[in-house]
Amino acid sequence: MLHLAMKAFFPSKPPFPLLHVDTRWKFRDMIAFRDETARRLGLELKVYVNEDGLRRGVSPIASGSQVHTQVMKTEALRQALDAGGFDAAFGGARRDEEKSRAKERVFSHRSAAHAWDPRNQRPELWRLYNTRLKTGESMRVFPLSNWTELDVWEYIRAENIPVVPLYFAKPRPVVERSGALIMVDDERLPLEPGETPQIRNVRFRTLGCYPLTGAIPSDADTLDAIIDEMRASTSSERQGRLIDIDESASMEKKKREGYF
Amino acid sequence: MSDAEARQLPTLRFLTCGSVDDGKSTLIGRLLFEQKLIFDDQLSALARDSKKHGTAGADIDFALLVDGLEAEREQGITIDVAYRYFATPSRSFIVADTPGHEQYTRNMATGASNSDLAVLLVDARKGLLPQTRRHAIIASLLGIRHAVLAVNKIDLVDYDQRAFEDIRTAFAQFAKALNFETLTAIPVSARFGDNVSRKSGRTPWYAGPTLIACLETAIVDDERRRGAFRLPVQWVNRPHPDFRGFAGAVTQGEIEKGDSIVVANSGRTSRIRRILAADRDVERAEAGDAVTVTLEDEVDVARGDVFAKPGARPEVADQFAAHLIWMSADPLLPGRPYWLKIGAKTTPATVSELKHRLDVNSLEKLAAKTLNLNEVGYCNVATTVPVAFDAYAQNRDGGAFILIDRLTNETAGAGMIAHGLRRATNIHRQGLSVTREAHALMKGQLPAILWFTGLSGAGKSTIANLVESKLYARGVHTVMLDGDNVRHGLNKDLGFTAADRVENIRRVAEVARLMTDAGLIVLCSFISPFRAERQLAREIAAPGEFLEIFVDAPFETVAARDPKGLYKRALAGEIKNFTGVDQPYEAPTAPELRLDTSRESAEALANAVIGALEALGRVGRV
Repeated sequence: MLHLAMKAFFPSKPPFPLLHVDTRWKFRDMIAFRDETARRLGLELKVYVNEDGLRRGVSPIASGSQVHTQVMKTEALRQALDAGGFDAAFGGARRDEEKSRAKERVFSHRSAAHAWDPRNQRPELWRLYNTRLKTGESMRVFPLSNWTELDVWEYIRAENIPVVPLYFAKPRPVVERSGALIMVDDERLPLEPGETPQIRNVRFRTLGCYPLTGAIPSDADTLDAIIDEMRASTSSERQGRLIDIDESASMEKKKREGYF
Repeated sequence: MSDAEARQLPTLRFLTCGSVDDGKSTLIGRLLFEQKLIFDDQLSALARDSKKHGTAGADIDFALLVDGLEAEREQGITIDVAYRYFATPSRSFIVADTPGHEQYTRNMATGASNSDLAVLLVDARKGLLPQTRRHAIIASLLGIRHAVLAVNKIDLVDYDQRAFEDIRTAFAQFAKALNFETLTAIPVSARFGDNVSRKSGRTPWYAGPTLIACLETAIVDDERRRGAFRLPVQWVNRPHPDFRGFAGAVTQGEIEKGDSIVVANSGRTSRIRRILAADRDVERAEAGDAVTVTLEDEVDVARGDVFAKPGARPEVADQFAAHLIWMSADPLLPGRPYWLKIGAKTTPATVSELKHRLDVNSLEKLAAKTLNLNEVGYCNVATTVPVAFDAYAQNRDGGAFILIDRLTNETAGAGMIAHGLRRATNIHRQGLSVTREAHALMKGQLPAILWFTGLSGAGKSTIANLVESKLYARGVHTVMLDGDNVRHGLNKDLGFTAADRVENIRRVAEVARLMTDAGLIVLCSFISPFRAERQLAREIAAPGEFLEIFVDAPFETVAARDPKGLYKRALAGEIKNFTGVDQPYEAPTAPELRLDTSRESAEALANAVIGALEALGRVGRV
């Protein structure tokens, strides 16, 4: 999406800053890639952390995935958007990711409290987007709505776009928990009795908070191999996201509350 | 067709529609399942949900996969447009799954607006229903030229050829008026998969393609590539003084470096100097390409302008005829200003005349004064500035527009332009030999419209009269348009309904505008309760000449004052549509002047109005 924005505004730079809502539990490789990308492109990067949540000790380990996501992601995003007075925020969500996302608009209206009302969305016809807002309201904008996961990877290959190394398979230390392979990205992940990290060849299809994101066993260490693997895949990309399985329709619930 | 040829077919965007319970969602679920596109984790969630909400007994209920939202899972109906993505080895597809109920016509229109083909489902037991006809009509209206009639649940009529043929013939007869270029009927069972992606052994009498084969090979005419070049400008790209580019997506046709172009809206011409596709220069661009172009000459271009080739220009007019689908719970009010968005252009517009309502079940034309939610009408639309457009039938991107409610910001209507109106295109405004500037100069003043708004009894007329007397004493030329007086003459045919109030204000604003052309200071004293209509009056006025003056008095005060005894009667229910009683007054949010009648005398407030005129240089100081 950033690559598209760079192209769309060339030779100008995109007239908006980049915002990362950091839960402090993101993969280290991802953070390094984030900083390097902003530097390389010469763009302003704003990093927002819910300091209040940190002070209260909220973490995926201590609080569980639901509370952690609510406080450090959903609430933090609302705070960050309010603090910046932003009337629109771009996101890379796609309709093929998840059922409730399939009905998301490209220009998704949010009330002044950042709430999404799925029953009362503005119809989107043709390529005519209604972008009008009242004071305090905002838009979440999803330019990649109609892309599929495969489209994204084929585009990355075609345009030679740099990506976080975690998407490529390599031997990494993981533990297996409720069927998911969790990478031991730093020393904060408490090991359960009898649990020892094993080195396995894994990669990620999606990158959330590391204790909540499952890796997949894979040998795909090139773009070609990733695309071949995906064509043969029998599970969806969000399979690794533990936060979706919390309860049925949990994505819709989170989105109503302001999650991306 | 060879594999290589098949692969070149572009992604097919299609729509599924049909009556409630005809099995649309089940069919899509089946399509995804058979292309192995339901992933293991989704399948296990589906099996879990099927037990809880399913209607297919022990089998997996494919519809649950598609009916995304929580609420509708509980009701068992599809409430919105859901988009699905799948691909076979030879083609990619984007499916818009839309609801069947009549109250969701707008959702279907939304799905149809971006589709090139419609799959219409019919229940083999029930045959054509009013909904089937309505959906076919809406698909046709939205410009879909290819239809597939899927006669579903063929298993429930024992794979009877006769049942299939009867439905096929009846539909072909009905669809004659709808201008589909292709129409294919297929007997299917979404539940058991007959003729979906495999040819069924149970319909030996059917020789046509399976549904998937039909979709894989559908040639949807690429009219976008063949049409005349159009590039609506989205953004002026100006990183430094030496570069001035115009960014947008080519919606139709193609362009090459060095080609002559015309800015349709202004008629100015130039030539293409560079075409930038992202970070590199290219020689040409075609429909679908997002580009930034630079021109040989310094031409004034803004967002919303349309580039075309001089030999094939779009129409430019401020009035056109269009089909309109109403999408808001608040009915359409002819005369009320809405935002109109066409391409990248947004401008105020009104529906100047509603010709008829279209019965989407029968294509019958019905007389109508308004359009309600989900109704379709044919109307004349007037914009405040001329816009560039094509007929929708020739160019979907160039002829499509939306109307946005100016108070709620909701998308209130979706329109498809039929043709421009000649009176706008060909009748140019009469050039006046004595200009409005000359009129004003002779009077030693600059024209203005003083628009007094407020509740009945707030003191509008009192203050306006005082202002006029004071101006007269100074030798300033004025005219007074008073609500009560105008209603005795010019507007005596109008009542007090919302629609009539809109027309009342429109006429007054037009008259006031003519008076300012004569150089006069016009005092208008009207309750004018709706923000949208005051905005309309402001737009009719010449720029900078409209002063909105809010005569502010609390309801309790005016109701107690009640100089004409009207509040007493309105509160007793003897007068209907009375502002402040049973009709709202929308106070101005940013008036040029607010007069607080509870704090200052009418005399002092009149002086404040004159002070404002002096400050703006409209009248000389004394």
